[in-house]
Amino acid sequence: MSLWQGRRIPLAWLLLTRQPMRLAVALAGITFAGILMFMQLGFRDALFDSSVTVHKLFDTDLVLLSPRSKSSISMTGFPERRLVQAKADPDVTGITPVHWNLLLWRNPQTKGTRSILALGFEPGDPLFLDPAVTAMAPRLTQKGRVLFDELSRDEFGPVAKWFREGRVVESEVAGKRLRVAGLFSSGPSFGADGNLLTSRETLLSLVPNNPPGSIELGLIRLRPGADPTQVVDRLRRLLPEDVTVLTKRGFLDLEMDYWRTSTAIGFIFTLGAAMGFVVGCVIVYQILYSDVSDHLPEYATLMAMGYSLLTLLGVVAREGLLLAIFGYVPAYLAGQVLYGVIHAATKLPVSMAGDRATTVFLMILVMCMGSAAMAMRKLGDADPADIF
Amino acid sequence: MTTLHTASAPPAVPTAEGSATVAVRGLSHWYGTGAMRRQVLQGIDLEIHPGEVVLLTGPSGCGKTTLLTLVGALRQVMEGSVRVLGCELNGSSRHERQLLRRSVGMIFQGHNLLRCLTAEQNVQMGADLLSGLGYRARRDLSREWLRAVGLSDYLGKLPHDLSGGQKQRVAIARALAAHPRLLLADEPTAALDSRTGREVVELLQRLARDEGCGVLMVTHDPRILDVADRLVRMEDGRLWAEEAVVG
Repeated sequence: MSLWQGRRIPLAWLLLTRQPMRLAVALAGITFAGILMFMQLGFRDALFDSSVTVHKLFDTDLVLLSPRSKSSISMTGFPERRLVQAKADPDVTGITPVHWNLLLWRNPQTKGTRSILALGFEPGDPLFLDPAVTAMAPRLTQKGRVLFDELSRDEFGPVAKWFREGRVVESEVAGKRLRVAGLFSSGPSFGADGNLLTSRETLLSLVPNNPPGSIELGLIRLRPGADPTQVVDRLRRLLPEDVTVLTKRGFLDLEMDYWRTSTAIGFIFTLGAAMGFVVGCVIVYQILYSDVSDHLPEYATLMAMGYSLLTLLGVVAREGLLLAIFGYVPAYLAGQVLYGVIHAATKLPVSMAGDRATTVFLMILVMCMGSAAMAMRKLGDADPADIF
Repeated sequence: MTTLHTASAPPAVPTAEGSATVAVRGLSHWYGTGAMRRQVLQGIDLEIHPGEVVLLTGPSGCGKTTLLTLVGALRQVMEGSVRVLGCELNGSSRHERQLLRRSVGMIFQGHNLLRCLTAEQNVQMGADLLSGLGYRARRDLSREWLRAVGLSDYLGKLPHDLSGGQKQRVAIARALAAHPRLLLADEPTAALDSRTGREVVELLQRLARDEGCGVLMVTHDPRILDVADRLVRMEDGRLWAEEAVVG
């Protein structure tokens, strides 16, 4: 007999839908829990993703860092000589020194200051993956010119808007006048609300007490086909202890690990998601438990008719499954909308990633099925002998 | 029962124990434990044959319902023998009792319909217990039974839209839709007025006879005693008298 022919009265579905108020409360609870999880996990992932938006700009295979640089907000200098030494390796084809500092940017409209991440490099050096940025780099040869990140937060002033309108946008950093010579796209991170690119010469004039011959980041490009990990090993042996050699991946991981482990942020958002999970569990359990309690005489009747306990447990399990599916759909849609809102408001790279959508669905499923399993214990109270 | 046994000792009564729908021998039952232990059934003997309607009367608390739940395989038998449809219930497992209950129709004092299901769906919960029938066949069976109890116009009604008599008739249709070979009814007329009660019981009697299934009905209602083939009176956990009803 086919599955369709063998089907039974959809008891789980009818039990849920014949009490629309209770169903609405249950779905609202599950949806709420789902949205909470989507938001918390979204923020967490956005934090880790956004923390490396600048790192991803660089066209590099390896990087040199000071061993004391633990994150993008605490970059310290190391001797530029080390980068030149690295050039001795036969697989190294190019090196680029980069200055990396946090400066105070004065909002040209409100005159308030705010910390901005500034990168300084030789305008002729090819260091960016984005050809548009490389094309604009020559504009920085003139002293006091910067490229401004158009995705920087609004607190830095309407720089991009004014620039596009053709106005001359000038600001002041560390008492020096700067003029915006172009726009690029990167985006704020948790470490920096905005970014700007400039020449080494301009940047060094803004941080006068930077020790001479000291840089914060060294980019190393390798011959095509070279194995980066082998070169890293060789460079580590070659160079003294005052410098760290990392692959580009390692550079990104260092930054993400910092936010994950050295700050409470990752933990807080994971905890937030866990709280959504717990709240959802409590709501679903309450609903299913009272559903089973209310229908206990009916379940007992079914047992008296000859239905097995297993069949009835299956009904509760299916109720849990239906709640999970129908609670997830609105949570997913609301998540999409809220991600859009958050992206517009914070410019953080939040979006509905496929693996997060799956994670949240699995959590909702576990939540509903776990609560159903708890509620099933109540079914043991259904004694068919009691109904006469 | 072996041929040898039958040949050496032919049964004294024409209906052999094996063919009886229900055969109860020396059944005793207790509630509670220790000092609170109280005997509710004392050495009950009872037989019900296919198509026979047996009415069980007696004051409340005399153990009628207990007997019904034991025969209906809803309770574990403590002492004595209860054979229902050829299955010994003393020492039976939970699973055996659950399977046996599929062949026993039960009609309760309250109708015990599922509130979230329509009349038709409630009856189909009974028909769904039948294996080997497709969905459509089971649905048609449910409709037939509802027609048989005179409710073909109420297929899509929920229980709270039905009157007490209608609900009880749906319950009867549900019990019969599973093709039971034994029907147990506990005061099926208690919640009904006299005319509806009478109708329901007559319906029950007629359908049970057509299906050839035995009926054990507990009742206090003196107006329906005449539907019985046999009246059994219970007092203090004993069956006192079996009166044949002329009828």
